Amino acid sequence: MSTIFGIPPQALFGQLLLGLINGSFYALLSLGLAVIFGMLNVINFAHGALYMLGAFVAWLLLTTAGIGYWWALLLAPLVVGAFGVLLEKTLLSRLYKLDHLYGLLLTFGLALIVEGAFRHFYGVSGQPYPIPDLLRGGQNLGFMFLPNYRGWVVVASLVVCLATWYAIERTKLGAYLRAATENPVLVQAFGINVPLMITATYGFGVALAGLAGVLAAPIYQVSPLMGSNLIIVVFAVVVIGGMGSILGAVLTGYGLGLLEGLTKVFYPEASNIVVFVIMAVVLLIKPAGLFGRER
Amino acid sequence: MIARLLAGAALAALAVGSAQAQQGKISGDVVKIGVLNDRSGLYADLGGEGSAVAVRMAVEEVGGKILGKPIEVVSADHQNKPDIGSNLSREWIDRDGVDVIVDVPNSGVALAVQEVTREKKTIFLMQGPATSRLTGDACSPTGFHWAYDTRALAVGTGQAIVKEGGKSWFFLTADYAFGHQLETDTAAQVKKAGGTVVGAVRAPLNTADFSSFLLQAQSSGAQVIGLANAGGDTITSIKQASEFGLTQSGQQKLAGLLIFLSDVHALGLQVAQDLVLTTGFYWDMDDEKRAWSEKYKAKTGKMPTMVQAGSYSSVKHYLKAIEAAGTDDGPTVAAKMREMPVNDMFAKNGKILPNGRMVHDMYLARVKKPSESKGPWDYYEIIRTIPGDEAFATMAESGCKLPG
Repeated sequence: MSTIFGIPPQALFGQLLLGLINGSFYALLSLGLAVIFGMLNVINFAHGALYMLGAFVAWLLLTTAGIGYWWALLLAPLVVGAFGVLLEKTLLSRLYKLDHLYGLLLTFGLALIVEGAFRHFYGVSGQPYPIPDLLRGGQNLGFMFLPNYRGWVVVASLVVCLATWYAIERTKLGAYLRAATENPVLVQAFGINVPLMITATYGFGVALAGLAGVLAAPIYQVSPLMGSNLIIVVFAVVVIGGMGSILGAVLTGYGLGLLEGLTKVFYPEASNIVVFVIMAVVLLIKPAGLFGRER
Repeated sequence: MIARLLAGAALAALAVGSAQAQQGKISGDVVKIGVLNDRSGLYADLGGEGSAVAVRMAVEEVGGKILGKPIEVVSADHQNKPDIGSNLSREWIDRDGVDVIVDVPNSGVALAVQEVTREKKTIFLMQGPATSRLTGDACSPTGFHWAYDTRALAVGTGQAIVKEGGKSWFFLTADYAFGHQLETDTAAQVKKAGGTVVGAVRAPLNTADFSSFLLQAQSSGAQVIGLANAGGDTITSIKQASEFGLTQSGQQKLAGLLIFLSDVHALGLQVAQDLVLTTGFYWDMDDEKRAWSEKYKAKTGKMPTMVQAGSYSSVKHYLKAIEAAGTDDGPTVAAKMREMPVNDMFAKNGKILPNGRMVHDMYLARVKKPSESKGPWDYYEIIRTIPGDEAFATMAESGCKLPG
């Protein structure tokens, strides 16, 4: 059998596909982070905890109220988004005048509190969340067995990422948002309610995290640690893509997912640090990130 | 005059010396037990606060006092980092007067703490760590390995699966001391039973997505995929193996080489059913174990893992040894512990080898199907008792250089 770099091409395709699936999660999460940073200039360290919260809301809906996956896909982001709005209104909005660092510290503290609380009540091993009946089983693609559910994750995250990008870059509402970040005073003078837009943006950004959490629930355990396992990588993705660049966050998310997948074949021991090596290199060569612009 | 002064000084020194000797019975007038484990990470459910609860239960049973002195239990989180683990244990021993360190899951951390306790001549009761090196080349006169080890897991699960026809193996290994040793020990047992090892892949500790590694295992064509990992890593890999249809095809079988009761609880029987595993303890085996475990459950809401039950057993034995030796001096108590058989709800006629290995019966278990289980925590069917002498290495086999 012919090989590419000593690996059968079939195995390579399989790994690339897996990388794409992981990349979907990175993209979805870094998208939310990029939206929030781009509009609010807040480095939202609570993003991982809110992703975890999304998964837990789905799990609680199922176990306490018998509400299944499809409704959870709608309800959990709403709950997490509402929680985000509450956070923004009561805490974050007081910090906008201060340095970035305060927002980072506040959200980091919130993340620790939320995670600690869930760890206390639910332990670390996590709770099982079943794959919805409609998406059980899988397709034999010849080079690998693709579980239907993972295929669905890729499609769903692509759609959400594209829709978000379109809404912000191509619609009137998006134009208001972008204008409000550039010059809030001027935009307010045109009669646009800027504080409301900022609150809504934060709510939307964390709702994306909640959505990613629901998507992740059937694949990983619903565990208090699931956010902190992922968030550091996602931050690296945002830094590599360029802080605040929406397209950059999405593309880098998928790209790094693929790269990580390849590392797992060629040198598995390094698979959890490869993203950070790339980050270091990118920061050396292009400090604003691949798609970012200097401010 | 000078002679008198000297004599006086000598007398004074003698008095101080004898006062110290009397104090030496129980150092610091308190027996301090330090439970050191992962309290927040992927191993927190299999040991964690539960081990501290089990230790406190042992202390309560003797009335909170030994030789008329109080017993105190402290605990700390080593975060799965060997440097934090060894620093904490140094601080405990040097500054806080801790007399014994208990649990310490994560073989990497345990190997580091073993060096500290060896140097300080402090008793070390290991429950969570798995590597058989702790009673092999890294053995210590004051180190005791209690609940299980990689060799016992290999003998139990490894041999059983080869006997069922699982001849060719591929390992998915946690990339640190524990995973490597479990892989080595299991590979040895597989080969001994006539099987072969076709390959292995090393995954970093605390990996979120195992699908890539599972795919490599799948394409290896091996009949058995041996999971040489633990805790959260095992849970994720079993769950994702089921997602990717590794086991449904009937071509390949999953062997969880180290599975704790807490893992099965987290996975649910639907996913975990029919896994074969080796354990040092299961709560639902006899009245004594059931009674103790129910008491534990009343405090924690969960049934104990073998690590938590072992923490209780080892501290109970340690306290008995202090009582018998009349002191809490490390080497003296260690010698007494080796002399006495271990008899409690955890082990019957357990014996401690010169290398510190507590030899007791291990059990080969199968995870019940959802239809067979009567409710939460009714998870295992014990299919074989593995006699202690078969499960654990002998002193000669262990490679420990202590006199024995």
